[in-house]
Amino acid sequence: MTRMITPDELPVQAESLLGQGFRLALAAGHDDGDRLRAVYLFTAPSPDRRVELHVPLDLAAPCVPSLAHLSFPAGRFEREMHDLFGIVPTGHPLPQRLVRHFHWPAGWHPMRRDVGAPPEFGDVDGPFPFRTVEGPGVYEIPVGPVHAGMIGPGHFRFSVVGETVLNLKARLWFVHRGLEKLFQGRSSESGIELAERVSGDTSVGHALAHCLAVEDALGIAVPPDAQRVRAILLELERVYNHIADIGALCNDVAYGILNSHAQRVRENLLRLNDSVTGHRLLRGAVHVGGAALTSLPDTDRLAAIGADVAEIVALALGNSVVADRFTGTAVLSHDQAADLGTLGYVARASGLTVDARHDHPFLPGQHPRREHSRTTGDVLSRFLVRAEEIADSIALVTDLVTTLDDRLGASAEDPVAPSGTRSGVGIVEGWRGTVVHRAELADGRLTRVKIVDPSFFNWPALPVAMTDTIVPDFPLANKSFNLSYAGNDL
Amino acid sequence: MTALGLAGAVVQPVLIVAGAPVLVGVMRQVRARLEGRAGPGIRQPWRDLRKLFGKERIAPRGTSEVFRVAPLVLVATTLVITVVAPFVTVASVLNPVADLFVVVALLAVGAVALALAGLDTGTAFGGMGASREVTILALVEPTLLVAILALSARVGSTNLGDVVSSMVREPSRVISPVSLLAAVALVIATVAENGRIPVDNPSTHLELTMVHEAMVLEYAGPDLALVELASAMRLSVFLGLLANLFVPWGIATTATPAALLAGVLALVLKVGVLGAALAAAEVFLAKLRLFRVPELLAGSFLLSLLAVAASYFLA
Repeated sequence: MTRMITPDELPVQAESLLGQGFRLALAAGHDDGDRLRAVYLFTAPSPDRRVELHVPLDLAAPCVPSLAHLSFPAGRFEREMHDLFGIVPTGHPLPQRLVRHFHWPAGWHPMRRDVGAPPEFGDVDGPFPFRTVEGPGVYEIPVGPVHAGMIGPGHFRFSVVGETVLNLKARLWFVHRGLEKLFQGRSSESGIELAERVSGDTSVGHALAHCLAVEDALGIAVPPDAQRVRAILLELERVYNHIADIGALCNDVAYGILNSHAQRVRENLLRLNDSVTGHRLLRGAVHVGGAALTSLPDTDRLAAIGADVAEIVALALGNSVVADRFTGTAVLSHDQAADLGTLGYVARASGLTVDARHDHPFLPGQHPRREHSRTTGDVLSRFLVRAEEIADSIALVTDLVTTLDDRLGASAEDPVAPSGTRSGVGIVEGWRGTVVHRAELADGRLTRVKIVDPSFFNWPALPVAMTDTIVPDFPLANKSFNLSYAGNDL
Repeated sequence: MTALGLAGAVVQPVLIVAGAPVLVGVMRQVRARLEGRAGPGIRQPWRDLRKLFGKERIAPRGTSEVFRVAPLVLVATTLVITVVAPFVTVASVLNPVADLFVVVALLAVGAVALALAGLDTGTAFGGMGASREVTILALVEPTLLVAILALSARVGSTNLGDVVSSMVREPSRVISPVSLLAAVALVIATVAENGRIPVDNPSTHLELTMVHEAMVLEYAGPDLALVELASAMRLSVFLGLLANLFVPWGIATTATPAALLAGVLALVLKVGVLGAALAAAEVFLAKLRLFRVPELLAGSFLLSLLAVAASYFLA
């Protein structure tokens, strides 16, 4: 459902939707040439409901009333819109730059149509505001943006007294890639190769969300077998990422032997992926209108992997020191998780039930929602949620393989490409959480694609969870969240 | 000054300098194999050292002499211990220096020099590592002193050579409650002082969790090589003392070539076995939360106190 509204109507409409249990899933600026447009996508679970609010804005003075007082994610989306489109959120409590690189000149908005080539890096646009914590014995630890491990760039500023973290500020957005702009002008079929590369470990999640958005826009009906294949791919991606995290969590408490075994299991899964799709990271199997595998996953192999994972998890929790390190560390309470709008395993480990596989299913009739055994929001909860999801995913894949009965995929009938301006939304539960893509097409070409990775919602939760946690536990807490730098910085 | 002492003063430093990186290599290899990895081979630490020694010296801007001298102090103090303490021979070339208190003090001087160097860099990590290291040091040193004191109380001398030779003469003491309590306390102290799991993780890349490695993050090239070499030597020194205080057999008591050879072989064997056992144990251990480390060290101190008490009551 789409409503065209004026800026003045926005807060009332948004408040009413949020009050009915909707969440703000996406907000994005659009440049229509003669005007700007802010689009707010609200979604609600069971039954799946989606409401879009379109707010046309004057090109000369684009202002929208801020929704930051209604929803924390809204405030961050507004800052992103301001940086990329110059749409000013009036009344925003923290109107600083968010995604704009600090060497870009102020007033340069890369997503505008008439923006031209990127400017030379200039002087730093003012200092980055870190909250200074004062008091006896308080000192700051700056870490990054270049780290010792192979991870993305992020700067973390800890304010610490002794070993206890008083305040943590994560500064991200060091490598803006202009990804959303790269989609513009591509044909509806060729956006997928970009979508697969939004975040390397979420190839299927983003590719599928993109396909669903394009199919929604063009009104393509996808055969059930293709949706089943897609569900299999989504779960395979979840399993290989979750086991890597389980191993890394063990490695962070110096229990390296379990990491070695988790890596072995992961490698087995990557080889399985390769045999299923011809690509270890599952690329190339999903396409607009369908999906195709080269072979169905071997369920016996998956069952063996599931047994291995269960053994690794049992060994980890059987070690009292490991259990001690995980328990009660970096707690994100239910209320904090809900207020910040967290998604995925982070949210589920804090007792929220958000899961797009049930809230916005593209394949109805999947397994019932799992009640997780521990939902106190600590590292152990996030560890256990992953472990339990691996078991569920393997069970689901096994069922789907049986249902498919050697059919390797399907495609929609060649659609008559509808002309005119159309838009669609794709919502998928990627392994990190709910991935949302919104695509606008004109005459079969993509004119605007907005990508929302769950990391955009989850990053603010990490500093909140770190409060009163000790510095040496940060790597553990960070790994238990395992947020994407690439998915966040588009 | 005896011929035996002189022989020890020549053989021991050569053996420990050459062997310490190999010991580290053996320990890493044992761990790798137990974890199902191929491992880089036992000569890898020496290859790393050769590479580091071949690089230019470089020091961060703003550091003082403290930063430059610390690796030398660390190596020098450890080297003195390898010359005088009973590793291959019971006799010492400088008998007063082979004293319990002197040896423990020398070890502390090296550790403090490195902590000061960590502070001298002025970085958050250097200061953080130094603060953690000194916290651990303050808890480990008393354990070391008291545990070895428990052994020396029966001998009536704090000279390490005398303690070891009395053990050689009266093997029955090895399985006394005093020895066992002191041995456990010393093992924990060794693990803590050398930054091994469960106190510190020597192989981590996560700066925020490091203790020893955080202090030396700013070192590079030959200075880093010296720090690494000294760390390896300290591990060998600790394991060597541990071996000779509780299992002294094989140590040379006469200055014949055969006895010296036997002493060398015995040391290599004992330290190798201890190192391999330590590495194997580490595979099954996880790192403690930093605030739990004092509890572990307090426990080891208690054991050493009990050892002292036992040495008087059960004498």
